Amino acid sequence: MSILSTEWTAVLYLAAAVCFILALKGLSSPKSARRGNLVGAAGALVALVTVFLSTELDNVALIIVTIAIGSAIAAPVSRRVAMTQMPQLVALFNGVGGGAAALVAMLELGHVDGVGAVIAVAFTVLVGAVSFAGSIITFAKLQELMPTRPIVFPGGPVVMALAAVASLAAAVWLVASGDPLAAYVLLALGLALGVLFVLPVGGADVPIVISLLNAFTGLTVAASGLVLGNTLLLVAGTLVGASGTILTRAMASAMGRSVAGILFGAFRGGSTAGSTAVSDRPVRSSSAEDVAILLGYAQRVIVVPGYGLAVAQAQHTMAELATTLEAKGVEVVFGIHPVAGRMPGHMNVLLAEANVPYEALQEMDEVNPQFKTADVALVVGANDVVNPAAKTSPGSPIFGMPILDVAAARQVVFLKRSMRPGFAGIENELLFEPQTTLLFGDAKESLAKVLAAVKAM
Amino acid sequence: MDPITLLTFFVLSVFVGFEVVSKVSSTLHTPLMSGANAIHGIILVGAIIVAGRAEEPVLLVVALIAVLLATVNLVGGFVVTDRMLEMFGGRKRAASATDTEEAR
Repeated sequence: MSILSTEWTAVLYLAAAVCFILALKGLSSPKSARRGNLVGAAGALVALVTVFLSTELDNVALIIVTIAIGSAIAAPVSRRVAMTQMPQLVALFNGVGGGAAALVAMLELGHVDGVGAVIAVAFTVLVGAVSFAGSIITFAKLQELMPTRPIVFPGGPVVMALAAVASLAAAVWLVASGDPLAAYVLLALGLALGVLFVLPVGGADVPIVISLLNAFTGLTVAASGLVLGNTLLLVAGTLVGASGTILTRAMASAMGRSVAGILFGAFRGGSTAGSTAVSDRPVRSSSAEDVAILLGYAQRVIVVPGYGLAVAQAQHTMAELATTLEAKGVEVVFGIHPVAGRMPGHMNVLLAEANVPYEALQEMDEVNPQFKTADVALVVGANDVVNPAAKTSPGSPIFGMPILDVAAARQVVFLKRSMRPGFAGIENELLFEPQTTLLFGDAKESLAKVLAAVKAM
Repeated sequence: MDPITLLTFFVLSVFVGFEVVSKVSSTLHTPLMSGANAIHGIILVGAIIVAGRAEEPVLLVVALIAVLLATVNLVGGFVVTDRMLEMFGGRKRAASATDTEEAR
């Protein structure tokens, strides 16, 4: 239906774009974040109503049914997903968005005129396909459907370079001829490029790649806005592209890495090789009772939670242990590494879910000077983020990543499932130090035992 | 729309995009990424437009696939972001959310 005039349509799209800007602004501060997200959703709703009321559309019933089906799939999945699986869900949503943009551009190829518009089509098809394929691979890595370690094969960089050159050639062909066949070739090359691009990325760097692909999808949406002559898509896509780029850089710097380094094989070779091997060097392991005594008679305990805590769903037990210790006069703080869990801020979400007070959660720069005066550093299911190799061994793949300085604490207690190395696949020397005690087992069970023992003291 | 106007929109949006997220604590990186992810689901508008003028059945099917994918991105993106941020809310709200979770 074209109930709305062109002017009203433009005004409503402007309103939606303002909502998106306010949403991003709101999401940048803890107080306004939730409201910000709702403002964004409201903007999307305004835009959807506007497109139905302003455009002459066929197949309206089919479109509405499809939207209903999509919502019926996406909403329950998003509601029910475990907090630990959130990163891969975001990756998946990002991928389908990129895929949708690529398809839209393919379909518009027959309707566009002018070189500029065809260039925008080529860009959208290529980058959309890269984003789709890359996101699906990141999803598979995080879901552990495939190995999380970097996958490199001989000649990989050469294949990658060839694929990139071929994509560029196909894009030129498309722009020059407007031939739909060129668009299919470009789509296929984009998919291949997306896979090749993400395969060599190590598990620990995956979040940064999700963020980067998110920015890519934003740019493809912006380009499809150019193709369709739709200013809302142009503005919204550009906003995401720009903010996503900034966010990617912020995340990378929180991990002490450069974006270029990650993309061009930072985690390759070196000590990553043979990393699944389990070391048989002697370590000091002990019982839950011993750990309880260490904790119960300490004055200051710094807890360093990691992904292991999240997988075991141990955040509630951890919170109860902290409360119990505090009741005994022990000061407990949580030292949160920026990339603890699998995404920046992921651990904060998990601990907030377990009602750990916001003040007890301290960021890395705040907590690092406090380890010197801590009696016990309790590392629960974390490994790479406390690995001193990041400071001391320049050959290590995590060298340069800022770490939590647990080695400075008087005693270090690791709760670990096994001696297997962490996500980045590197051994942690700290495990073999004399001040270190290990308690093996599932994080939740171990914490429950320690909790029972502390209560019995 | 003429190219210069579109270019103006683009350039100004880049600056706004840089500006709005320039000071964000690492705590909020995940929800922010997820929220931005939801926003690019607005490609649904584009998918609706192409589906609304698809004439051949094959093109319509492809367009409807685009509608489906875009809907998943848009709806899923906002819901999952809200769910993350629910955890940051007041202690009371977070507690009731956990209760319903356990009741399920």
